[in-house]
Amino acid sequence: MKNYLNEKTGLWSWLSTLDHKRIGLLYLFSVLTFFFIGGIFALLLRLELFTVGETIMGPEAYNQIMTLHGVMMVFMVIIPGVPAIFGNFFLPLQIGAKDVAFPRLNLLSWYLLMTGALVAIVSVVTGGVDTGWTFYTPYSIRTDNGTIWVVVGAFIMGFSSILTGLNFIVTVHKLRAPGMGFFKMPLFVWGIYSTAVIQVLATPVLAITLLLLTLERMFGIGIFDPKLGGDPVLFQHFFWFYSHPAVYIMILPAMGIVSELMATFSRNNIFGYKAIAFSSVGIALVSFFVWGHHMFVSGQSDAANFLFSIITMLVGVPTAIKVFNWVSTMYKGSLSFETPFLYALGFIFVFLIGGMTGIVLATLALDVHVHDTYYVVAHFHYVMVGGTLFPLVGAIFYWFPKMFGKMYSELLGRTAFALIFLGFNVTFFPLFFAGTQGMPRRYYDYIKPYETLNQISTVGSWLISAGFLLVLIAIIHSLLKGKKAPDNPWDGRTLEWQTQSPPIHENFEKQPEVTRGPYER
Amino acid sequence: MNVKHHAAHHFRDASHEASASKLGLWIFLCTEILMFGGLFVAYAIYHNQYPEIFLAGSKFLDWKLGSLNTLVLLLSSFTMALSIYYAQKEKLTYSTMCLWITFLCGVIFMVVKYFEYSHKIHDGLLPGELFSHAGSENLGLYFSFYFSMTGLHGSHVLAGLALIFWLIIRSHKKHFGPGYVLPLECVGLFWHLVDLIWIYLFPLLYLVE
Amino acid sequence: MSDHIVPFKTYFNVILVLIALTVVTVLVSLVDFGVFNLIISMGIATFKAALVLMYFMHLKYDDKSYLVIFLVGVFFLAIIFLFSSFDIITRVVEKSVL
Repeated sequence: MKNYLNEKTGLWSWLSTLDHKRIGLLYLFSVLTFFFIGGIFALLLRLELFTVGETIMGPEAYNQIMTLHGVMMVFMVIIPGVPAIFGNFFLPLQIGAKDVAFPRLNLLSWYLLMTGALVAIVSVVTGGVDTGWTFYTPYSIRTDNGTIWVVVGAFIMGFSSILTGLNFIVTVHKLRAPGMGFFKMPLFVWGIYSTAVIQVLATPVLAITLLLLTLERMFGIGIFDPKLGGDPVLFQHFFWFYSHPAVYIMILPAMGIVSELMATFSRNNIFGYKAIAFSSVGIALVSFFVWGHHMFVSGQSDAANFLFSIITMLVGVPTAIKVFNWVSTMYKGSLSFETPFLYALGFIFVFLIGGMTGIVLATLALDVHVHDTYYVVAHFHYVMVGGTLFPLVGAIFYWFPKMFGKMYSELLGRTAFALIFLGFNVTFFPLFFAGTQGMPRRYYDYIKPYETLNQISTVGSWLISAGFLLVLIAIIHSLLKGKKAPDNPWDGRTLEWQTQSPPIHENFEKQPEVTRGPYER
Repeated sequence: MNVKHHAAHHFRDASHEASASKLGLWIFLCTEILMFGGLFVAYAIYHNQYPEIFLAGSKFLDWKLGSLNTLVLLLSSFTMALSIYYAQKEKLTYSTMCLWITFLCGVIFMVVKYFEYSHKIHDGLLPGELFSHAGSENLGLYFSFYFSMTGLHGSHVLAGLALIFWLIIRSHKKHFGPGYVLPLECVGLFWHLVDLIWIYLFPLLYLVE
Repeated sequence: MSDHIVPFKTYFNVILVLIALTVVTVLVSLVDFGVFNLIISMGIATFKAALVLMYFMHLKYDDKSYLVIFLVGVFFLAIIFLFSSFDIITRVVEKSVL
């Protein structure tokens, strides 16, 4: 049967494709590759932290691996992640379109990501980077190594993100099928749209910040260097103006996926559609007003600290609304626990922990004690891994039949989930306690009292790695040996399930006409 | 003769494609505003903290050359808009000519810039640590802003020139007309943005009191 | 796509005003009005920018959504400026306790 996969063959047909579905798969391949490399770095870090003193590496190597782990996971995995893979593949399908608004720009975005990634990775052979992924000045100006390569690489990757966001905004505004008003769009689309707004507004500020940092390193221009009259806290203002909204780039599309999974696997209409839709936009907007909560002990004024702390509390509200609506969707639904739904349920559990510990960090008086400790590390891994990665993996399994026309092995899927869920909590939950007991983050070594917690965490890292390895095996095994998938294995209601698996190049035989809500049963 | 343009396959028609393209262009302009804006914000903060430096630094700038460049860019925006006007009126030769004038204005701008820059480099008026003009310490910060702001702006002028040249070639081949001016509009919007940024750069750098 | 053709006269008037305002900006800068120099020069620049946006860039005649997009960009730029400045202005110099 003719579909987008067998339509044209050969490597060049993939590298020059303008088909949003193929571009989505190009991203899937690259992002998963970067994830596994970044993951190996994480394993190495946790191995080093298994015992006090040097375990497998010295302090310089540790700082460099720690930085690269962060840079890769943030810029090459979690930021592109869901939008670039699933936004690309499913946004046009879910709105009944043939493609995104600007297909050539779309392909350019992928090449920009790959180019930026390559440039960043070159730093490994030009001295490495040891500043942490946040590049705080003045250390990032003075440190004598390959920092410039990572900074320029991130700059290039930023444009990939901007162009993707631009593409998606225009796609949503201009290419919806007849009858699909804004309030008939699937919630995944709302998530992608809100994310795109952030990508477009916030990333340019990162661009200028990284450009200025590059100029600082090359010419000592003096904007962020106190020796020359500059203000290092201003660097942090500029950096976090992007990087805080960036974490919502990470979470909003993932929450969109959770909405899809909740509705489909509860076989229910989504509860509170408008509340979830508006909360996505609300989170996107409020996210621009809170960046100073990363800077409570940086030398920022008390007045600004107070302002940022209060506004940050607000962000919890739309998030809580979503969780309430998802759980309500399950009520009186007909639940089935296939692999994708397990990830959605796992998400609820870990995201609650991640979100609530975020409120702790937003509380100024508490943050002063736990800032730069492992409490923060645990918090952001709960929201980034639990909050973004869980739905991402869930989406791989959910949309696997649609993307590849094959079913995956439920046994492998569920086993992998169990390992990941268990391993994840064993890895990161102890770190909350290490943090409240004062263990600093980004330190190569620690004192004896923290050792037990660290050892538990390291063992957890082995479990979670086994889980992800099993996910990889499940994907490859199912690609090779999977049973042929029906067009709609989950009885989903959104438009992508009304076309064949895998879809034809043009997505639909005939452009769909929409007459009902996206999850109506 | 109404130029027939075939829109890409995922659009209903040329009009649909045009409205999507313009929406995309405006979003792109928005990103440029935020990127340049960051520089302006940093400028504002430092100007406020160290007004003497900015006053002293701007004295090294030639306001006459700055004014000339401002007028040149404004004129180029005028002719850019006219090139669309003439294409819509099917006066294609005039349209191409206006594009040439726009291009020429951009070149004049860059030539003036070249003279300004080489003069400063010769005098040691360089950014940050490279500053080496005798008798005025601490002006490194001012010239950091001068070179990064005008440099980023200048690189956009160069990009604009390349795009306008591409338009000239297409206009020469009679690709545009009353039914199709989209590329002219899109490049035009970018070029006007470049002009907009300079409208603010000029007083902030050259006319500090 | 707007099929509206802006008359030549409109463009011509706009460029004349823009040139005139540039001259005014330079003249004003030669006189010392204190803090008002900045206010006047930024005010004139904004008015010039508005003319370029409304007429050369067609915002007056086009879909209102383009204006909204532009203003949203300006709005968030204002936010980064205001909040960063707020921090810097409200910093209190701490005397050393040593």
